[in-house]
Amino acid sequence: MKILVAVKRVVDYNIKVRIKPDGSDVDIEGVKMGINPFDENALEEALRLKEKGVATEVVAVSLGTSANQDVLRHSLAMGADRAILIEASADLQPLAVAKLLKSIVTREQPNLIILGKQAIDDDAGQTGQMLAALLDYPQGTFASTLQIEGEEVTVTREVDGGTETLALALPAVITADLRLNEPRFVKLPNLMMARKKPIETINAAELGVNLDARLKLIQVSEPAVRKAGIKVNSVEELLNKLRSHEGILV
Amino acid sequence: MKILILAEHDGLQLSSSVHQAVTAAQFWNSPIHVLVAGHSADAVVQQAASIHGVERVVHANAAHLAHPLAEDIANLVASISEGYDVILAAHSSFSKNALPRLSALLDVAMISDVLEIKADNTYVRSTYAGNVLTTIQSTDAVQLLTVHGSNFTAASLGGNAEITSTETPAAFKKASWKSEVRSQSDRPPLGSAKIVVSGGRSLGSAEKFEQVLSPLAYKLGAALGATRAAVDAGYAPNDIQVGQTGVVVAPELYIAVGVSGAIQHTYGMRDSKIVVAINQDPDAPIFQVADYGLVADLFDVIPELTAAIQ
Repeated sequence: MKILVAVKRVVDYNIKVRIKPDGSDVDIEGVKMGINPFDENALEEALRLKEKGVATEVVAVSLGTSANQDVLRHSLAMGADRAILIEASADLQPLAVAKLLKSIVTREQPNLIILGKQAIDDDAGQTGQMLAALLDYPQGTFASTLQIEGEEVTVTREVDGGTETLALALPAVITADLRLNEPRFVKLPNLMMARKKPIETINAAELGVNLDARLKLIQVSEPAVRKAGIKVNSVEELLNKLRSHEGILV
Repeated sequence: MKILILAEHDGLQLSSSVHQAVTAAQFWNSPIHVLVAGHSADAVVQQAASIHGVERVVHANAAHLAHPLAEDIANLVASISEGYDVILAAHSSFSKNALPRLSALLDVAMISDVLEIKADNTYVRSTYAGNVLTTIQSTDAVQLLTVHGSNFTAASLGGNAEITSTETPAAFKKASWKSEVRSQSDRPPLGSAKIVVSGGRSLGSAEKFEQVLSPLAYKLGAALGATRAAVDAGYAPNDIQVGQTGVVVAPELYIAVGVSGAIQHTYGMRDSKIVVAINQDPDAPIFQVADYGLVADLFDVIPELTAAIQ
């Protein structure tokens, strides 16, 4: 069984992005980048399935410029068998990403495709569902557990107010939630070895997909910040303050 | 021009967020239709028809819609999408599962979790974990979006929409619903509670989380929330996680207990009207977003606060 994992290169989750002075976009020049955390969960799950003997091959795919080689090296160092870079502009929108991934699925024929449930830059949370629709595959989004038996995957999904369990016929698309697993740390020797592994590169233009942006960025701005209030010294003082607001404490 | 709202419900009760979606839809000044997809959900259809501003409720009734799958919802909406210029839903785990699938079926871009509608194709949404507000314009003929419910006032009752029924496409065979676990709680739902009491990792254990916070939540009639750290440590169930990857709340009063105030958490509560923070660490970032801060040991002051509330 082959598993395809899609990994996105995003601004490191510890970094608070700056906005360009003219408000035209965020300024990520020279900012530390890394693998999207949810995609790391996706890859970890694929690797665990391989270690359990359920999967035989794990292929990582990333879309973007040659700079994306770093997240693919990271994926190889974690344990992916192969890596594919689809060279395209760095700011593809979810629908275009899903279409490019579809063409890779058509070529690679994986039994399972795992993606992160959302990317921490645009926070759209759409690509997995779009890919499933384009392939006419079943989808298991926001997965917190995953079990494969025969030609079926059972997925527990995190939904508002609880969890839900679905059974999907393979091939299927899964999107990973953070609680699916705890991704492993990459050991330095593995990272060194990953540097020697080849990364297959495909030009997005060769895949015959319309990559036109459907959404036009007009401007970016900083949200209004909440101002710090006052410190109170006791429970009594706190209650007095709260009671001064009408209707809060009945 | 016509607008279609995908309604969320549990088979008996329409989600209150549908009222907020109706207000959002009124931006376009055009007839608003609401799609209720379910099995024997007639009560929900009636509730949707009574929302002021709804012109028509489209009812899809089929056995396989009792526990609707994203695949079936997307196929259903696609089958009736002809003639609608705007398709929207309130942002929730239901809509964010189904609508991106629809987006690909219709080949139109989707705009997730819209905070503000600026023009009939221009929206403000948050990116980078709430650190950036992004204004975007959709160039597609059909506008497909989810809206951030708490940013829109709820449409009132008093409507009397016509009710029509629609054919449901055959069930998607490759996926099936097995079971669900709903968190049992006699507290108000987190997303719509007037008061939220939230706990962080400082609570130390699941037992203490319950022992210390529950009596306070009970007295205040509040919902319980938790930080991701507390959820990951197993102190609280995942569905009460407040933050970027959990529930976004905007209550009248938010009491953060032993919460450090990571950006991922404050994203989920910063629209609260009044924020109280109780933390032993005077430098905790949560104090920067709190109206009232109390630097104290939560294990001393929460019982004291609980006792002092009538």
